[in-house]
Amino acid sequence: MTKEKLHKEPKTKEKDLTPIIEIKDLHKTFGKDNAVLKGVNLTLNKGEDLVVLGRSGSGKSVTIKCIVGLIEPDQGEIKVFNENVLNISKSELNEIRVRVGFLFQSGALYDSMSVRENLAFTLTKHKRDLSADEIEKEVMEALENVGLAEAVDKMPSELSGGMRKRIGLARTLILKPEIILYDEPTTGLDTITSREISELILDIKHKQKTSSIIITHDMACAKLTADRIIVLKEGVIHAEGTYEELEKDEDEWVRSFFE
Amino acid sequence: MILSLKNIFTEIGETALFAKKFFKEVFIPPYETKEFLKQCYIIGYKSLPLVAITGFIMGLVLTLQSRPTLVKFGAESWLPGMVALSLIREIAPVITALICAGKISSGIGAELGSMKVTEQIDAMEVSAVNPYNYLVVTRVLACTLMVPILVFFADAIGIIGGYVGINIHGDVNFYRFLTQIIQSLEFLDLFPATIKTFFFGFVIGMIGCYKGFTASNGTESVGQAANSAVVTASLSIFIIDMVAVQITDLFF
Repeated sequence: MTKEKLHKEPKTKEKDLTPIIEIKDLHKTFGKDNAVLKGVNLTLNKGEDLVVLGRSGSGKSVTIKCIVGLIEPDQGEIKVFNENVLNISKSELNEIRVRVGFLFQSGALYDSMSVRENLAFTLTKHKRDLSADEIEKEVMEALENVGLAEAVDKMPSELSGGMRKRIGLARTLILKPEIILYDEPTTGLDTITSREISELILDIKHKQKTSSIIITHDMACAKLTADRIIVLKEGVIHAEGTYEELEKDEDEWVRSFFE
Repeated sequence: MILSLKNIFTEIGETALFAKKFFKEVFIPPYETKEFLKQCYIIGYKSLPLVAITGFIMGLVLTLQSRPTLVKFGAESWLPGMVALSLIREIAPVITALICAGKISSGIGAELGSMKVTEQIDAMEVSAVNPYNYLVVTRVLACTLMVPILVFFADAIGIIGGYVGINIHGDVNFYRFLTQIIQSLEFLDLFPATIKTFFFGFVIGMIGCYKGFTASNGTESVGQAANSAVVTASLSIFIIDMVAVQITDLFF
């Protein structure tokens, strides 16, 4: 499927409203009085790309870090694949983590390992019975998916910002997750590379049938990828709708994101 | 003053909790054998030249400094035994551990600290790989096993340094020099000195890992992690040494 065709297709042909992530009344306070989340309610449906907008410090990253158990919320409920991740054992949480990919803002590649080792690392930890040939095949397949097969022997320090994000995405994809959480995937990149990353997100959604939560400040990325957008303000959901709906929202503050 | 004391005790408590996790994780599979061997190579093999040079200088200097006093009392023949005893019981373990605190603990602190601030440890965690098991257990185990070996190595090289030192002013046969050393050593000279080196190694690895794992607030904290790892590990070595000597004195 070409990128041009992808953009012209409706983003979701038939909406499957099976929720795969449900967040209810999520609260998180750092220190004594730095309340970041003050009752966030959020649902991600199967096959959906949900974009989260909001000013810096509004709790977007904290929300998705709570989903994968990197930050423990003070109060609330987070259900992923119908399991409350706050009340399950570490091993059960790890089973869910394998099904939920996370792309960090910086890519978070392991500096001491080559691109090949970065990708093989996660794979070998979860599929210990794979042969060296099978690992190599999966690594190359993941790299081809992000269009960077030629970078397999490079070290992270030799990669550009956009390449690091792509390799980070390939590392996330190698476990074939059903949900991908993107933490500002286009931040710090030029317009062309940002667009390439946004197209890649869309491409992955169609190829691998993933659902995603995308945190971004990049409205071009939001326009291209979002099936639905929510806007966080001061730790709560302030507005929700499609790109077109929110672009014409009555609230001037919401509209200011789209100008 | 009270706040500063409180911070010190909080830090000790948190380090103890961090270390407690090691004893739980070390027995839980998967065992990261490949990473453990890699760390043994980095910590053990790559420290050999530094330990060898300092070990040789320790033996040589100790011999040259002690010789005039022993000559005054006509006890020059005791020199090999005295040098070997000083090296094996105290000087080689402590100096080698201090060198390792400077080289290894700071290295681990900086490495893990930079992994922490660039979200590499979080990336490991979200991909369902236990970062404590992969990063901490392997490094602490490698330190605990490699530091005693490095100390043995420093002992041996220090004794050779002592032999060179004695031969600067006289002519002593190496076989005779070695016989004198063996005659003056007892099992109890070796045993407590060896046991304490395992504790030195454990503390060097654990403090480096703790400081790295708890680094926050960007790249500045990486330097702080490395720096405070050296200071804390060095201080801990002296405290462990003092306790070990007191216990040895009590029981042997």
